[in-house]
Amino acid sequence: MHLLEIKNLHANVDGHEILKGINLILNPGEVHSIMGPNGSGKSTLAQVLSRHPAYEVTDGEVLYNGKDLLAMKPEEAACEGVFLAFQYPVEIPGISNTYFLRSALNAIRKYRGEDEMDAMDFLPMFREKLKLLEMDDKLMNRSVNEGFSGGEKKRNEILQMAILQPKLAILDETDSGLDIDALRIVANGVNALRGPERAMLVVTHYQRLLNYIVPDFVHVLVDGRIVRSGGKELALELEEKGYGWIEAEAQPTSA
Amino acid sequence: MSTSVDTFRDLAQQDYKWGFVTDIEHEQVPKGLNEDIVRTISAKKNEPAFMLEWRLKAFRHWMSLEKAQAEPKWANIKYAPIDYQDIVYYSAPKQKKQLNSLDELDPEILRTYEKLGIPLAEQKMLAGVAVDAVFDSVSVATTFKEKLAELGVIFCSFSEALQKYPELVQKYLGTVVPYTDNFFASLNSAVFSDGSFVYVPKGVRCPMELSTYFRINAAETGQFERTLIVADEGAYVSYLEGCTAPIRDENQLHAAVVELIALDNAQIKYSTVQNWYPGDKQGRGGIYNFVTKRGNCKGVNSKISWTQVETGSAITWKYPSCILQGDNSIGEFYSVALANNYQQADTGTKMIHLGKNTSSTIVSKGISAGHGQNTYRGQVKIQKNATGARNYTQCDSLLIGDKCGAHTFPYIEVKNSTARMEHEASTSKIGEDQLFYLQQRGLKAEDAVSMIVNGFCKQVFRELPMEFAVEAQKLLSVSLEGSVG
Repeated sequence: MHLLEIKNLHANVDGHEILKGINLILNPGEVHSIMGPNGSGKSTLAQVLSRHPAYEVTDGEVLYNGKDLLAMKPEEAACEGVFLAFQYPVEIPGISNTYFLRSALNAIRKYRGEDEMDAMDFLPMFREKLKLLEMDDKLMNRSVNEGFSGGEKKRNEILQMAILQPKLAILDETDSGLDIDALRIVANGVNALRGPERAMLVVTHYQRLLNYIVPDFVHVLVDGRIVRSGGKELALELEEKGYGWIEAEAQPTSA
Repeated sequence: MSTSVDTFRDLAQQDYKWGFVTDIEHEQVPKGLNEDIVRTISAKKNEPAFMLEWRLKAFRHWMSLEKAQAEPKWANIKYAPIDYQDIVYYSAPKQKKQLNSLDELDPEILRTYEKLGIPLAEQKMLAGVAVDAVFDSVSVATTFKEKLAELGVIFCSFSEALQKYPELVQKYLGTVVPYTDNFFASLNSAVFSDGSFVYVPKGVRCPMELSTYFRINAAETGQFERTLIVADEGAYVSYLEGCTAPIRDENQLHAAVVELIALDNAQIKYSTVQNWYPGDKQGRGGIYNFVTKRGNCKGVNSKISWTQVETGSAITWKYPSCILQGDNSIGEFYSVALANNYQQADTGTKMIHLGKNTSSTIVSKGISAGHGQNTYRGQVKIQKNATGARNYTQCDSLLIGDKCGAHTFPYIEVKNSTARMEHEASTSKIGEDQLFYLQQRGLKAEDAVSMIVNGFCKQVFRELPMEFAVEAQKLLSVSLEGSVG
């Protein structure tokens, strides 16, 4: 069974159609990259899959582990193993990173019928993951994303992913706003989480990230449709030629 | 400790769960208020003459205010006129004789405490809390008095204090909140039935948190509590007050007065978790809570700190204040006020700086949900001689939904040019993005809201004694249930 099967997905936001018939299949263990110019619908796809309520699905279906993903609330999708690394992580003042993450992990464990994890078991695991992302221990007790730099916020997203161990990880422009060192650290964190059980959907604007997180497949999204799919070399071709030629090629089909 | 776990489990039920009426015999005076009623109350309690005189003066003053229609109308709250002649001013559970131990207590009352999660007995000892439980208007049990007595700490009901320590009561009663202070304080002074009295002698640090649980129970009985806390030179005391009340259709009036007095180098910490019945989802019923709380930092280097978590009552009218009379004295006010459904809260503080180098801190967190209206009203006054005074005010409002309101009325009056004043204010709305972020990590919408709100209130919660802080968080979550679709 496929992990994720997107069929003819159409979605609106504020009455505007952004996704115009996406078809995509992800199997466990695969890393797919979605690339495309600004406004092509990359982030919308990420948000729809993680069940953001502002997006209205008008057509199509999405099967996740054989279940109807579009019927799930955001927290159900999360508990079923869908994780979104946000492009713009929000701040939660007054709630420590540790408390937040343990609450999230326990909500997921509870959903799966597992015992909740107490602080004694949680903290060593948390510290280990902090090391993986070369993050300071001090971040444990700071409020979620409050006063974090752009790079720290993105690392914090991957830290959460490392702790929550999703089956499907969606990374929405995780590279934006990162300097080259932070990019390497984030990519190392992501690569450490690659495995035969887990699929990843890496949404990015630039090829740069894909030097570090090498995808198995690359899809180019233009105007709400996937217009071309290929291997990792497609990303290089895009880097060289830009999106213009693909957009031009895509034109006749959409006309 | 399992008791508190059970309490919290019970708290997790959606509707106001403390809506039961205990069936015990009540001794009541007839409805209405006149001089005879005041005399009856005083006589029933076998009070010393000065007390009756004071009550009568208060009553006459209140009558003049009532005649002049001087019930305060400036607060941002709306309610139907209160018929003060339609209220029973005194009710006491009938007791045949003096009790020697808790075992002799009416089992009905004990069961009520259990339902409330208030273990009167040994459990509290473990938690380090002494309880003077007020059941309706008369204190029926007091614990740990002996241990406190060893240190000379007096912690008893107001009635008992009047019998045993009349000179102490007479010395301090009305010195911070005179009977002429305001309409509701005058009313309270005339008819107060009971309350708590605390005296901590010179140099004594009270070793346990003192705690009183109030409970309104008899139908149509207004509750008029009076609390007086005196910390003598160099003394320290932390006092906790927590309340619940049963469901009832008619509105119930509550007009309490609390007076705190801190002498040289003394400290008083007063914490409240208030969870009286707020009315139903349509705004029917609920407690009218008109409270006058004020502390006087009378001595040098003294400190009074108010912390309140106000989640209940249909109407809250409450401004715990500090008079900073002693040089270098410190006043603090930390508040969380929640108005959900049709609740109205008009609450805040007054910091009156009289002494030199006095400082005050105000942190107010208002949460509005449903059709709730939440008002912060604060006054900071720096008098002419208060050289080097400082105030920091932070006033934050959080809105949940689009039918509620948050209002802020800060009054600042400075008569000394050396004063340093800081005021910060913010209003925010729980955003879809914040909620989605937490839900995307696996938390249910309600848990997500509760987490955001608790984060918002953290500055205040950390001022509460530990066990109260946990309770307050749970209470807030329960009070907010159903506020997010």
